[in-house]
Amino acid sequence: MWRDAWLVASRDLRIEARSRVVLWQVVPFAVLALLLFAFAFGPQRERLVTAAPGLFWLALLFSTVLFAQRARALEGSPATREATRLLGLDPAGVFIGKAVALFLELVILEVLLLVGILLLFHVVVLSWGILVASLLLAALGLSSASVLYGALSGEAQMRATLLPVLLLPIVAPVLIAGVRAFQAAVNAGGALGGRWLGVLAVFGVVYSALGIALYGPLEEN
Amino acid sequence: MRRTVLRLLGPIALVLVIADVIMGLFVTPPDVVQGEIVRLVYIHPALAWVALYVAFGMAALCSVLYLWPRTRSMTFDYLAAAAVEVGVVFTILTLITGSIWGRTTWGVWWTWDARLTSTALLAVMFMGYLALRRVPADPHVRARRCAVVALFAAVDVPIVHFSVIWWQTLHQGATVLNSNLSPTIHGSMAWTLLLSFVAFTAAYAWMVIARYRIEVIRHSGDTQELDAAVEARKAEGVAL
Amino acid sequence: MAPAISLQSAVAVAGRFPVLAGVDLTLSEGMVCAVLGANGAGKTSLLRLLAGLMTLERGSGSVLGFNLTTERASVRSHVGLMGHGIGLYEELLPKENLVFALKAARLDPKRADEALDRVGINDRTAATPVGQLSAGQQRRVVLASLIARRPRLWLLDEPHASLDEQARTLIAGVIEEAAQGGATVVATSHEPELAVPMADVVVTMGGGVVTSSTLGGRNQDGVTHVA
Repeated sequence: MWRDAWLVASRDLRIEARSRVVLWQVVPFAVLALLLFAFAFGPQRERLVTAAPGLFWLALLFSTVLFAQRARALEGSPATREATRLLGLDPAGVFIGKAVALFLELVILEVLLLVGILLLFHVVVLSWGILVASLLLAALGLSSASVLYGALSGEAQMRATLLPVLLLPIVAPVLIAGVRAFQAAVNAGGALGGRWLGVLAVFGVVYSALGIALYGPLEEN
Repeated sequence: MRRTVLRLLGPIALVLVIADVIMGLFVTPPDVVQGEIVRLVYIHPALAWVALYVAFGMAALCSVLYLWPRTRSMTFDYLAAAAVEVGVVFTILTLITGSIWGRTTWGVWWTWDARLTSTALLAVMFMGYLALRRVPADPHVRARRCAVVALFAAVDVPIVHFSVIWWQTLHQGATVLNSNLSPTIHGSMAWTLLLSFVAFTAAYAWMVIARYRIEVIRHSGDTQELDAAVEARKAEGVAL
Repeated sequence: MAPAISLQSAVAVAGRFPVLAGVDLTLSEGMVCAVLGANGAGKTSLLRLLAGLMTLERGSGSVLGFNLTTERASVRSHVGLMGHGIGLYEELLPKENLVFALKAARLDPKRADEALDRVGINDRTAATPVGQLSAGQQRRVVLASLIARRPRLWLLDEPHASLDEQARTLIAGVIEEAAQGGATVVATSHEPELAVPMADVVVTMGGGVVTSSTLGGRNQDGVTHVA
């Protein structure tokens, strides 16, 4: 299983490195989202500072939908998927590999978005530990959910409209907990932040476990 | 025997619901603090209970049973789908009755506290399930996808329950199932409340069975269809 | 010796449509079988069924000793399929595709180089992502993938399509080598003049069933199979 996971993760990352879709499409989208939010909430500093945690996570979630689409698209055309099916890869391994690759890409996006938020929205973070932990835990849950939901949304055309409807409600609790954790990090609220980190951890672990268990049955044919 | 029970289920459920309404509107006393509007307690919590725990719990259970190779059967897929459909209806009713209640007691049609938010979210999740069901696909593929979605959505149900405890919210604390397990309302109100739960559960059961039957009938022609199709296919070969 | 392929009244469906409506076929190991038939006869579906990619709705069958009803997932890793689509990752280079397939199948990745040589992929082609290659070159890469993996059963869907004369000779040679090496080969084709000479058995399909079966050009003895 771990060999297959490593194999699939390196394949996905290699394809991504060649095609650079994440770099040229997803990142600009996330940055654009930040800009649009800034336009929507006005140039006044106080409003932006208050809204920043929420806007960060919103931009991240919308980008996650794009990531989920991309994770599925990496599998290739139906012919390619069928050819790969003959190779006998362990489905749990495939899931882990794809989720790990997506996790890394998500973390990179989180860092970029964070830099954007700090610079553009004048946010000052007091408790970096809470913030970093929340980003990593959230990325865990988001990557697992994205890989799984990308897989079950069907073929490309249907996927485009169906995937957001299916995925966003599922990751909304990550949004809630993530925003609270960000606010705790800004206000140095240790105990409160800890509680939200717990929520993110539960989601991360549960969605990863479910993904590992269900990806095989979902893909079998 | 089973047939009789099933046929009687509809009328029984109807009688129970009517009894609940009568008790709720006329027999039980108004609340000291909330006044007449408290009578919604004989509808709203029962609707919520059925939607969140009975309907979606059943959908999750059937989904697990479908995904588990040893118990895999289209029956569970149909049951899960029926449960979700009825569950979504009950959830929307829960939100509407809750909204009416909130308007009179809190002064607003909606507030973003944890329980309301989670329930609304759950409704959207299962509407997504219904949307996925409409995507054209092989029945087994569709069943698998929907089962996965139902399971993930069901993970949210405990969150709804514990959200009242974890997050300080506006919503009334879990009255019947709080940690002391001692109900904080008494007398005729308690009995009527119990009646409402039974009544709405019966109504739910009746609706799910009806919906399940429709699904079974819809797919019962499949085997015969295949035989006919096979013969037609062979014939086209001979004709060439 | 158990036959490599054995199908009895095999029915397979796509949605509600029975693409295979009762196929009977028996093939020994090391045989080359050409499958002819008009479009829509079910040739591609037959290959997919043999690859373990389709469910056997009715009837029974076994491929390489694996029961198609209960063990079809196990068939897959012993089978190589060259279908209509490309079946490769378009952003990756030919060698990267092969190495991925070999590693996934727990085989030696070094086989990739000699396989690519065998199909005549030169250095310039080898440095181009598969998606940017011509159809003919892509087919060669897929062929290389099969050569590298050396499956026990080769399933080729119209292998001669979109290939030039040189490539067609290559295919014929590769198929012969595979059969000599003990692999079983099933190839569909629209061109009997190309398919028949290289096959032991020639099977014709129509309406989802096998309508006739004759000997092919390769079969010298005449009786080493049962149709």
